[in-house]
Amino acid sequence: MNDMQFTDRAVEQKETKIAAKDVNVHYGEAHAIKDVNVEIEDKTVTAFIGPSGCGKSTFLRCLNRMNDTIDVCSVTGNILLDGEDIYDKRVDPVQLRAKVGMVFQKPNPFPKSIYDNVAYGPRIHGLAKSKAELDEIVESALRRGAIWEEVKDRLDKPGTGLSGGQQQRLCIARAVATEPEVLLMDEPCSALDPIATAQVEELIDELRERYSVVIVTHSMQQAARVSQKTAFFHLGTLVEFGHTGQIFTNPEDPRTEAYITGRIG
Amino acid sequence: MSDTSKTSLLALTPRTKARNAAEKRFRAYGIAAIAVGLMMLIVLVTNIIGKGTGAFQQTFVTLNVELLESKLDKKGNRDLDDIKKVTTFGYNPLIRGAMEAKLAEIGIETDMKGKDLEGILSKGAVGQLREYVTTNPDKIGETVEFRFLAQSRVDGYLKGRVTRESIENDKAISVEQLELVDQLVDAGVIVKTFNADFILGADASDQRPEAAGIGVAMLGSLSMMLVVLALALPIGVAASIYLEEFAPKNRLTDIIEVNISNLAAVPSIVFGILGLAVFINYMHLPTSAPLVGGLVLTLMTLPTIIISTRASLKAVPPSIRDAALGVGASKMQSVFHHVLPLAAPGILTGTIIGLAQALGETAPLLLIGMVGFIASNPPETLVDGLLAPNSAMPAQIYEWAKRADPAFYERAWGGIIILLVFLVTMNTLAVILRRRFERRW
Repeated sequence: MNDMQFTDRAVEQKETKIAAKDVNVHYGEAHAIKDVNVEIEDKTVTAFIGPSGCGKSTFLRCLNRMNDTIDVCSVTGNILLDGEDIYDKRVDPVQLRAKVGMVFQKPNPFPKSIYDNVAYGPRIHGLAKSKAELDEIVESALRRGAIWEEVKDRLDKPGTGLSGGQQQRLCIARAVATEPEVLLMDEPCSALDPIATAQVEELIDELRERYSVVIVTHSMQQAARVSQKTAFFHLGTLVEFGHTGQIFTNPEDPRTEAYITGRIG
Repeated sequence: MSDTSKTSLLALTPRTKARNAAEKRFRAYGIAAIAVGLMMLIVLVTNIIGKGTGAFQQTFVTLNVELLESKLDKKGNRDLDDIKKVTTFGYNPLIRGAMEAKLAEIGIETDMKGKDLEGILSKGAVGQLREYVTTNPDKIGETVEFRFLAQSRVDGYLKGRVTRESIENDKAISVEQLELVDQLVDAGVIVKTFNADFILGADASDQRPEAAGIGVAMLGSLSMMLVVLALALPIGVAASIYLEEFAPKNRLTDIIEVNISNLAAVPSIVFGILGLAVFINYMHLPTSAPLVGGLVLTLMTLPTIIISTRASLKAVPPSIRDAALGVGASKMQSVFHHVLPLAAPGILTGTIIGLAQALGETAPLLLIGMVGFIASNPPETLVDGLLAPNSAMPAQIYEWAKRADPAFYERAWGGIIILLVFLVTMNTLAVILRRRFERRW
């Protein structure tokens, strides 16, 4: 585990971006998330780890209300974004999702051109006043997605024609094009090979400068490599939350230790 | 332990043999089934083509008619009102004279009387002549060449349907007339050629099968398709999008869903009686109108369109919806910007197939009076086309098939060919669309 050089990573205190208080999620009868309290900091990469079915993806989808699309899902408790409750009746989930972008497990570019993929968000939110401005937004988003050099000559080609890793970076570019404040990533590297994974991880580290990034991952190495804070979920409860270095070297809860050392999973 | 004797790979065990035999048998069943199906298709197609192609040809008699002023315009002042006073009956002598003149010109001698000579032509010949004179009164006094339809027995004789033996008890034609027809064919006066009027023309009365065409009924069918397309597509697509993307999943939507599937299986005659009760008896829309036919067929087509649209919406991967929602698109934006364009080829295919189904439907038209109506005048305007009584292609075919004269029978088969051409074209279009745009993600 040479790559886990997190112990000497500088950790400074930042302000809270998202605060979850007593969040419970039910899927019909099933109680998927139980009393989760967590504070996600700004300009920080927070990793959610835990065995399959522990509720980490479910909780992630609560943060931009993607669970609204599932009929049987009900969320209780408070999730505050900059102090405002995102489950307040007055909040339009569409406006929320413009602030809290999301990248999915499987790369899912629209079956349109690369340009249109990135330009779609800015277009529907009216971020660009002219074609030139839109071009600029698309270019800077693709640069931030670390894919500009590869696609700049074929912006009019379909996004679905790219390789898996390129598609995922395109999806990240698409997500950052709408200037979100928080970026949620649901196992963004699970469908990618190690090289593409490394590229995406590098990208995540760069994104930290501007956004608060929350990443769900199955790979503990990945969590250790990219995150500053780590939350360990088990059977729907948040078992432990703290600095990544501390979670991986000196976990307080025996379950965390058991998971990290491979005894539960 | 004792029966672990080694078996050779080269010799088949009885179990393998039985398995292979079963597979061979199954393949044979499959091939036999396909062969039977293909054979029936071939029999059907050859039968239809064999019996129907005759309808596209018709026998014509070319005559030079002298438009005598003494008969048509006694006062000689070319007053249209006066000319119109001469009934078709008054035109008979002209045709008789033209026939006699033609015989004299090519040197055929016959002792037949004028009435029998006229009998070779269609009963519509005088009408055709009168129509020409009333629209071109200045031609009176001149000799004009006309191409008249031969009567259906003569046509049947040239096509081999009518023989000297078969007309023994037939009052419509005699053996002597057939002799004369033979001579006229040799002289090139009577010819059998392609007949565009069958495709473009109007239906004719029982007495004149030779003049009947499917064109007006075709317009009736097209008007109905227009109504179906204009109503069923938007209603069907809107209903499907709502049910598939927006509606909450509860007991009520479950009931609606089940009932839409049930509606697709309701016999079409039921829709016909519904149309009769609602559109004609209650709403007092005109009977036999393509508008009503279109409304009834819309009801019938809606379930088909809804089912296929919902299937193609379902086939769009949910990741596309997630992606759109993830960048902050609203539900409606995600549907209209991303889901619907991807589902469009499937929706279009379903719509075309639904339309093709509606095009071939006869039973509901029975009850709203479109079957049995003799579509003799083409509609002049679009409104006319929707509201004026008309027939439809399958209804016209049914109408011809039940008439007594065997000449109509041939036209029924011909009509089937035209209908099939339409259906095959539409289905091909659906297949092409599906191939072309399928699965772009």
